[in-house]
Amino acid sequence: MSNHTVEDFAIIRQVNVMRIKESKEQGQKVVGIYCTYCPQELILAAGAIPVGLCGTSEAPIALAEETLPRNLCPLIKSSYGFAAGDTCPFFHFSDLVIGETTCDGKKKMFELMQEIKPVYVMQLPHVHQNENSFNLWVEELRSLRTWLEKNLDTTITDEGLWKAIDEINQETAAAKAICDINQMNPPPISGLDLLTITWSRSFNSNKAEVIEMLKGVREEYINNTVTDNIGRPRVLLTGCPVGLGSEKVVRLIEEAGGSMVAMENCSGYKTLELQTERNQDDPIVALARKYLQIPCSCMTPNPYRMELLERMIEDFRVDAVIDLTWQACHTYNIEAHDVGRLVKSKNIPFLHLESDYSNSDLESLKVRIEALLEMVEK
Amino acid sequence: MISIGLDIGSVAAKGIMLDSSRQYSVMIPTGWSPRDAGRQLINRLLDSSGYNEVEVDSITVTGYGRIAIKQAARSVTEIRCHARGVAEICPGVSTIIDIGGQDSKVIHIDESGRVLDFAMNDKCAAGTGKFLQVMANALEIDVSELGEAEDLNTKVSINSMCTVFAESEIVGLFARGTPKGGIIAGLHQSVGKRVGSMAKRLGVKEQVAFTGGVAQNQGIRRALEQELGCRIIVPEVCQFTGALGAALIGRE
Repeated sequence: MSNHTVEDFAIIRQVNVMRIKESKEQGQKVVGIYCTYCPQELILAAGAIPVGLCGTSEAPIALAEETLPRNLCPLIKSSYGFAAGDTCPFFHFSDLVIGETTCDGKKKMFELMQEIKPVYVMQLPHVHQNENSFNLWVEELRSLRTWLEKNLDTTITDEGLWKAIDEINQETAAAKAICDINQMNPPPISGLDLLTITWSRSFNSNKAEVIEMLKGVREEYINNTVTDNIGRPRVLLTGCPVGLGSEKVVRLIEEAGGSMVAMENCSGYKTLELQTERNQDDPIVALARKYLQIPCSCMTPNPYRMELLERMIEDFRVDAVIDLTWQACHTYNIEAHDVGRLVKSKNIPFLHLESDYSNSDLESLKVRIEALLEMVEK
Repeated sequence: MISIGLDIGSVAAKGIMLDSSRQYSVMIPTGWSPRDAGRQLINRLLDSSGYNEVEVDSITVTGYGRIAIKQAARSVTEIRCHARGVAEICPGVSTIIDIGGQDSKVIHIDESGRVLDFAMNDKCAAGTGKFLQVMANALEIDVSELGEAEDLNTKVSINSMCTVFAESEIVGLFARGTPKGGIIAGLHQSVGKRVGSMAKRLGVKEQVAFTGGVAQNQGIRRALEQELGCRIIVPEVCQFTGALGAALIGRE
């Protein structure tokens, strides 16, 4: 196994922009995606390159606000601003974009994005455990398959899908394995490194390589003696998606003397337990089953998130939980009440933060985070 | 053991010195330099106590200005300091409501002054001393006189939570001839509702103590009592609980 370090993940985006450009010149198609609900397997099976699109930086928000309301989640504004200003290279190279109706803000934003690129908006049902929802979701995946086949002028075979399913299952398992080593005390991976690794992986379309990198970096951390994170309060971060560019809370936790040991959010642990089962006849049904389990707050009710959090609190020996809601994300904001109740029932200090991508509230976030860590120390 | 606690707030800087038997306190306006304010507090505490700086065993600093003097002293958040300070002077208190110059907070504590939970207001000035300061300016009255000047009989309701909008709202009320006392009573109710709802969100466990500069305003205290439906204790040294907590934490 080759050695890999977090730096290899930090440069994934740079390296992959060039690769994607070259692949496009050789006629390969690129499909941009925004959300973990999007089944990448369909894109891989179509022989196209799936790539995560940017939406975690404050930079394009001003441009987005020329069109979108100010009082909207920064992730939606950032995503749209990157697209409208053509400042995300991955969006630039995307032939097609897949969106989904996770929340009201996103689904209406995608209507506007359709003026820039062809966007397929998947109708995601918001009730997990319901047969009608499941059937709807299966049909949505079938429609997406047809749409991709038509627009990419190819055929997606079941065989190709099963192969892609194996790849994504392996990648997910490898990502989980790296996250899980932070169950150790002290945690080998700093919060920022953890974020860099788990978030950046979505920008590498070469799945075999990502799997290799994830395994390699895990070895690297396991073999190195940890000297930094000893005795720091172990913090679990949950809530809205966080990526590089919107990592201010992760930084503040670590600057205040805490250690972010795990993240229950989209780029983190939220999806990592989920594997597509191979015991189905129809790969689309198998995929639908996996993806509909993702415990996003857009689902009602959303019990699996609470189960997952409860388990993570135990497994990662968590001392404090921070729930981060991006401004105007109603579903995560309301669900914070349930999360708080769960965490407090375990006598673990809990902090709910509501913020955006700007730095205007750094000081007030800092005092809250420091006070939370003080509650652990005593 | 000589311990100094400094609470450098956005408006006032407070200092407490504890030796084995006595307590010295000083308060000055923070001004534009939290670092200078901290230095001045230390000098004034040394002057009034007669101690030499080398005799001081511990300096603990809190408040928004704590970052400016971090090198010279240990830094602790105001949340923990208020909790510790209030537990010392008001045993039996479970909930602290603190309204300072630029933020308001609600803190749950246990009998030893340990923080159990807390909530703070958001970025804006609604429900803070700053809100009252801006309104006092618009009403051409000193902020310290607001409490005395309210008139509940002519109370009007101020609907805007935003400081800027509330200011235009009271200018409008003034133009219509609404008496000052009624407007002030409305402002107090507005702060009481804002901070009261934050407290209810966290949960209000009696007894409740009210601290911070704004606690001197009896109109706000009354509005909060009405909002929460319980009696609220205002410690005589309501502005010093943070500094006292810092000095106590330093000593421990």
